[in-house]
Amino acid sequence: MSMFGSDNQSQSDFKKGLNKVYTWYTGGFISFVIVLAILEQMGLPRNWIGYLFLAATVLLYAGIGVMSRTNDAAEYYVAGRRVPAMYNGMATGADWMSAASFIGMAGTLYLTGYGGLAFILGWTGGYCLVALFLAPYLRKFGQFTIPDFLGARYEGNLPRLIGVFAAILCSFTYVVAQIYGVGLITARLTGLAFEVGIFAGLAGILVCSFLGGMRAVTWTQVAQYVILIIAYLLPVVWLSVKHTGVPVPQAVYGYTLEKITAKEEQLLKDPKELEVRGIFKARSDAAVEKLKDVPAAMAADKAAAEKKLEDLKASNGAVAEIQAAEAALAKLPTDEADARAAYTSARTSNAARSAPPIRHAQAFPGKDEEAQSIARKNFMALVFCLMIGTAALPHILMRYYTVPSVREARESVSWSLFFIFLLYFTAPALAVLAKYEVYTVLVNTPFASLPEWIGRWNAVDPSLLSVVDINKDGILQLAEISIGGDIIVLATPEIGGLPYVVSGMVAAGGLAAALSTADGLLLTIANALSHDLYYKVLDPNASTARRVMVSKCLLLVVALCAAYVAAQKPADILFLVSAAFSFAAAAFFPALTLGIFWKRANKWGASLGMVAGLAITFYYMITTQPWLYKLAHGTAITPEIIKANTWWDIAPISAGLFGVPLGFAVIIIVSLLTKAPGRDIQELVEHVRYPSLDGKTSGASAAH
Amino acid sequence: MQLSARHHEYWRKNLRITAFLLGIWFFVTFVLVFFARDLDFKFFGWPFSFWVAAQGALVVYCVIIWYYARYMNKLDKEYGVAEGEE
Repeated sequence: MSMFGSDNQSQSDFKKGLNKVYTWYTGGFISFVIVLAILEQMGLPRNWIGYLFLAATVLLYAGIGVMSRTNDAAEYYVAGRRVPAMYNGMATGADWMSAASFIGMAGTLYLTGYGGLAFILGWTGGYCLVALFLAPYLRKFGQFTIPDFLGARYEGNLPRLIGVFAAILCSFTYVVAQIYGVGLITARLTGLAFEVGIFAGLAGILVCSFLGGMRAVTWTQVAQYVILIIAYLLPVVWLSVKHTGVPVPQAVYGYTLEKITAKEEQLLKDPKELEVRGIFKARSDAAVEKLKDVPAAMAADKAAAEKKLEDLKASNGAVAEIQAAEAALAKLPTDEADARAAYTSARTSNAARSAPPIRHAQAFPGKDEEAQSIARKNFMALVFCLMIGTAALPHILMRYYTVPSVREARESVSWSLFFIFLLYFTAPALAVLAKYEVYTVLVNTPFASLPEWIGRWNAVDPSLLSVVDINKDGILQLAEISIGGDIIVLATPEIGGLPYVVSGMVAAGGLAAALSTADGLLLTIANALSHDLYYKVLDPNASTARRVMVSKCLLLVVALCAAYVAAQKPADILFLVSAAFSFAAAAFFPALTLGIFWKRANKWGASLGMVAGLAITFYYMITTQPWLYKLAHGTAITPEIIKANTWWDIAPISAGLFGVPLGFAVIIIVSLLTKAPGRDIQELVEHVRYPSLDGKTSGASAAH
Repeated sequence: MQLSARHHEYWRKNLRITAFLLGIWFFVTFVLVFFARDLDFKFFGWPFSFWVAAQGALVVYCVIIWYYARYMNKLDKEYGVAEGEE
């Protein structure tokens, strides 16, 4: 298909063609939304809007996949190295912004205020490192994968294989989270079961990357970026017009934040709020008492439940009430371990809800100097890990192999960050505007007149949103709302009272974000296995067609594995995503940057440095992170163990803080103790440092 | 091939601009964040430190990358190491 450049047209004609295609495409998408909006006014049911959005977007991605199918190695692995800087920037934006960015981030900001800004800083600032240290040099090197660079620069298969292992480790944990997100959105959009949603979404991912590799993924990602950015910006602009009359929320939400700050002070002292928080405190204290003597507490609970049932029966209570009491009695834990777990969870959840609301704008909250300084330390450590991790994730770095030249690689990073910036710059505004709605419109509303979207979301999943009249005054207090972060973006259109078609569009945007990232990650894993392991190590004589074939089969296997893991709903998905950043940071960043900037770095230094960085990161996580600790040790972690195992109060999410410096140190020390790399490696380093040394174009050096 | 003195000079200039931009990056990321609690004066409604982390730093990052691309693409031409036009 000539639309995505397979014939011999010139680069500038190719670019003009692309501009035309994507302008029409954007216009088409907007018309589609407008038509649906009109149909909604004419009475099209909601679930039909959901179906239409899902079907139209997935078919569109599949269509692009079919149109750009290919069996050519350069097309399959690096999209023919002719993606213009701006389009590669858009594709990188979509590749980069996952379900976590689109759905999760504004929610995190809503829940944690200033603390959540660590993600904003880390996930954008990392691109400075990509631009300054990696992208142009990797493009000049011009092979197919990141382990390719390690294998060539550090002479041999050992560093390449460590690279393959690390690439798979971080990409796989990351892709599981994306497929989980796909399942969640598909289920919400269509009402299908979560597991069915996963596999429906999987079909959308596969048809694209399977048929056309990097080429199909690139052009689909551009299309997905357009949808996700429109879907993200529109509701925020709408909310902003509603509150401030200005359609640029990013410029004016400072004043909204001021109002929230004033409201927070009021809510902190409000007697009704204090009453509700006091009830939660009492419940938590009761759970603490019960934990002191579990068998006695179990007996007391049973007796109380039985007595309630007796009383209801004796007084001829309503059938529904009797049934509820029977169910409550039947649900009581029967053995001591279950009861202990139930009391522990009651203690933690009630204690959490008895806490006063955070001050949104306050940096590093804490009860004393020491707590504040720990909060600051962890904020900065997280920013550090996310930044270095950003600059080391193989599926992002790989994208800079697809541009035509070093010059365009540099410009492309600039475009990438610009397109990412549009969303990240808006997320804090969205969080503040949504908070303002909740604090001023929802709080103090009588329960009888709550908006209907609350009930709808409560029905989807009570952990996302639930409201209970704890102090029985018939009025909703802030402390009576329990809200999950993932709901903020998806529910914003409803919170702001926008038509349902906007909700459908936001869900389609979230789907685009999750699908595009999953595409890029699956391709990275499949390429690491087929190109680096199969072709470079196992069978160097394999033909091009065979390599592409192997890659496609592996893609299918990996996708099914990831879907299988995601369907188990692994416990701590957000942690897994963040762990991927620490792993990538510790494994790749020192070896890649020293490989370019220090000629003396050699094979043994790099190999041991990567292993040491990964090992210490992993060790720190399994000794301090509750879920991993349980997985590794078989017993639950206690606060005492956490205290004993933590170094300088750093949270496990930032384990890369130890891995990165250790990686650098080991590479430098071991390299100096062993033989310097040979003349040919010195020349390779010189080759990547200069865009052109002898007048040859990089296109020629990349032909391979 | 043997690198000429011009080549070495090009690389030194590259390292210098990289270090300079990295310094700015470090300042807006870590220095300003470290003093966030003290920098809470009002800035168009936002506390200044909140604004920096939510917007200001992001703008600086964009400018850093844009400037680096522009500077290096010029430097390539000046030192004759630019790629040929395709």
